[in-house]
Amino acid sequence: MSVDTNHKDQGIRALLGGHLRENGMLLALVAIVFFFTLMVRGMLDVDFLSAQNITNLFLQNSYVIIMALGMLLVIVAGHIDLSIGSVVGFTGAVAAVLTVNLDWPVLAVILSCLTVGGLIGAAQGYWIAYWRIPSFIVTLAGMLIFRGSTLWLLGGQNIGPFPKTFQSLSTGFIPDIFGTWDETLAGVERLNSTAILLVALAALAVVWIGWRARNRDAEFGMTPEPMVLFVARNILLSAALIFVGYKLAQFRGLPNVVVVLTVLTVFYAFITENTTIGRRIYALGGNEKAAKLSGIRTNRLVFFCFVNMGVLAALAGMIVAARLNSSTPKAGGGFELDVIAAVFIGGASMTGGSGKIIGVVVGALIMGVMNNGMSILGIGIDYQQVIKGLVLLAAVIFDVYNKNK
Amino acid sequence: MPALLEMRGISKVFPGVRALDHVTLTVEAGEIHAICGENGAGKSTLMKVLSGIYPHGAYEGEIVYDGAPLMNRTISDSERKGIIIIHQELALVPLLSIAENLFLGNEVARNGVINWPATFQKTETLLAKVGLTDAPTTRVEKLGVGKQQLIEIAKALAKDVRLLILDEPTAALQENDSAKLMDLLLELKAQGITSILISHKLNEINKVADRITILRDGATVSTLTRAEISEDRIIRDMVGRDMAHRYPDRTPQIGETLMEVRGWNVWHPDQAGRQMIRNVDFTVGNGEIVGIAGLMGTGRTELAMSLFGHSYGRKITGEVRIGGRVTDTSTVAKAVAAGLSYVTEDRKVLGLVLEEPVVRNITLANLTGVSKNGVLDKRRETQVAERYRRAMAIRTPGVFQKVVNLSGGNQQKVVLSKWLFTDPQVLILDEPTRGIDVGAKFEIYSIMNDLAAEGRGVVMISSEMPELLGMCDRIYVMNEGRIVGELSRAEASQEKIMAMILKNHGKAA
Repeated sequence: MSVDTNHKDQGIRALLGGHLRENGMLLALVAIVFFFTLMVRGMLDVDFLSAQNITNLFLQNSYVIIMALGMLLVIVAGHIDLSIGSVVGFTGAVAAVLTVNLDWPVLAVILSCLTVGGLIGAAQGYWIAYWRIPSFIVTLAGMLIFRGSTLWLLGGQNIGPFPKTFQSLSTGFIPDIFGTWDETLAGVERLNSTAILLVALAALAVVWIGWRARNRDAEFGMTPEPMVLFVARNILLSAALIFVGYKLAQFRGLPNVVVVLTVLTVFYAFITENTTIGRRIYALGGNEKAAKLSGIRTNRLVFFCFVNMGVLAALAGMIVAARLNSSTPKAGGGFELDVIAAVFIGGASMTGGSGKIIGVVVGALIMGVMNNGMSILGIGIDYQQVIKGLVLLAAVIFDVYNKNK
Repeated sequence: MPALLEMRGISKVFPGVRALDHVTLTVEAGEIHAICGENGAGKSTLMKVLSGIYPHGAYEGEIVYDGAPLMNRTISDSERKGIIIIHQELALVPLLSIAENLFLGNEVARNGVINWPATFQKTETLLAKVGLTDAPTTRVEKLGVGKQQLIEIAKALAKDVRLLILDEPTAALQENDSAKLMDLLLELKAQGITSILISHKLNEINKVADRITILRDGATVSTLTRAEISEDRIIRDMVGRDMAHRYPDRTPQIGETLMEVRGWNVWHPDQAGRQMIRNVDFTVGNGEIVGIAGLMGTGRTELAMSLFGHSYGRKITGEVRIGGRVTDTSTVAKAVAAGLSYVTEDRKVLGLVLEEPVVRNITLANLTGVSKNGVLDKRRETQVAERYRRAMAIRTPGVFQKVVNLSGGNQQKVVLSKWLFTDPQVLILDEPTRGIDVGAKFEIYSIMNDLAAEGRGVVMISSEMPELLGMCDRIYVMNEGRIVGELSRAEASQEKIMAMILKNHGKAA
């Protein structure tokens, strides 16, 4: 059998390189942002990329991204969690009862809520991991149980408001340590120097990590992506980061949520790509039997994934409650679907074993930007749902098409 | 008699690969025509061209069937003309009954309403033709692989088959089921049905084939008539070189006992009261290759898996000593730590994470060996994988290639690498050469010899007796969950092994 070695296939495919999926997603996100910027300016004469709207974008979507990080692990392990929307509602309610009714200190409330989330994840993960009951069923039950529990805990009422310290979980900003620059600079009124500095550092880190990974690939004898592409992508990424940072600095600085998001994203990217536990979760999702026969304790890993998901859902629940400044029985309703959609748009496989953190974050941002943009344009909720559904379908079809190619 | 089928100058190109290169195949009416070739020689591709899976126009060359050019666009086109292919992976629906399976897509119905009495009647006639007496309402999942294979043939008969194509039909069958299947082929031949038989098993070909076409690297090498068929000739044509030595030379240097199993008992995981392994004792020495012979389903795999981290069975009792010390092997992790490795019989389902690259599969069982405090050292990991790629001669574009894209032999080398990286003292290899072509088998044998030469103990489970006789220093014979005999290399022969199995048949109860 002769293997044809000349690759004349120099289309867009080759240009996007081996990382077709991630680069494609990034391009799609940029294209969507551009689209809304033009539309919003054209139709409403408003700046889509205003400091305030960028801040809003992050505040509105933080919970989806946070939970998508955990959901990726669950889906990579070959499972699903439908209960997280209800868990968001429930932990929000717990937070409200503890803070408003019982007057607990904020730190104790946060720790308690995270524990409650972990326990819920453990309770569900136990049946899934050790009794092999399908996660779809266990978490569907959990979805009903915790929605009902939320109603019961809140007595069908909204509970609020929260103290300022708790609200700052969502609506707080990183204080400006170095003081704001004055109006002499670039004619802008106030510029939060801490925000600018942190974002610039982040951009440098992104480029540096990318460069190291590229060198390592070359050393391992993998064909690195074309230099043009590498440079172009990094310029684009850094420019986008600095632009966002600059905008945020003009407004109120870096929202706390953005910092939490960044830290969690880096943490989970590290877990999934560079640790033995991450590697084992992928192997478990790829072939559970083979993983088991390789000495991997698969049950414990599945259990861990659900506990982790519960903790992240609790964090999201508190952020949602803090943002609304009250806990409502309906909080978190339908969140699970947004989160799962983000994970699949981000390129995870339905059957488990594949998917990347960075893909999931970009997937969540794509959904978030579309939500925000369409709302600003005044597109009805009816059309919005249809469009989001089509985007999800298109992303997955794109994956399947590429795989069969 | 004019030929029933003539395929002339068939070429098929996939991106990057020329799978078929001007292949010629002539099948006479009423004959059984065998097709032989190593994995990747193009056998399956050729049959896909014939059966319409690759439609007319997707390949070059011409096909004349029954005196007229054949231009199939779909599989149903070819089925209508009586060309029916039975794939290696059976296409039966396990939860449906025999009758439902036989007429699936071809129901005995009027206006979409199934005529059950007629269906059952026809089913019984068809089952009788293939020598089965099971009730038409039996669910297919209740039948063994051998019977399922016969159901597939009955299904072909239901469609008025004229040319029956069987793609490695006996790969998963035990010897008596295989023999039955071969007899059935001869019977069908007497009824005027022409067959094409793709097979790796030379004894079967010897038994039934009228002629044999050998493919190598996508081209026809030779077509032999019955008088010309000999194992040596077939092997030479298949691999393109003489295989005078099918087993690599080795001078065994056997030291003291390395692993010792005493009084091993295992019960079935689901069926209470069913004992699968009964009082098994065996030993493996330093540098020794020990074989376990026996028919399929006699508990060889169950023995290996229960030893390896209690991966099979319940109520396991008995003692394992490795290096003289009593060893706990009750979890896979403990067994691995104690120096035991198990290469599974089914590498795709149990051995590999197919969608992951070679490197990740090699390090999977020993991630602590390439990490520190739970953080992977990817540079070291790649070096490890590269080392095994070279040592084992794994043919892959690189260690970042997904294993699903590798051939069977190279996949097996990846599995072996994975276990070698755990530095085992004793390796249990379960059917290590199943589904691997002749050339790669030789390489696997050489690796086994190297392992023994390094002083490790090797246990080889195999259904192919010649392989056990060619490789092992000692052979245990298993039947119905017991070890019924032990033969040294000098005294072992196929006849003696079979005699031990048969003599002890039915004694255990």
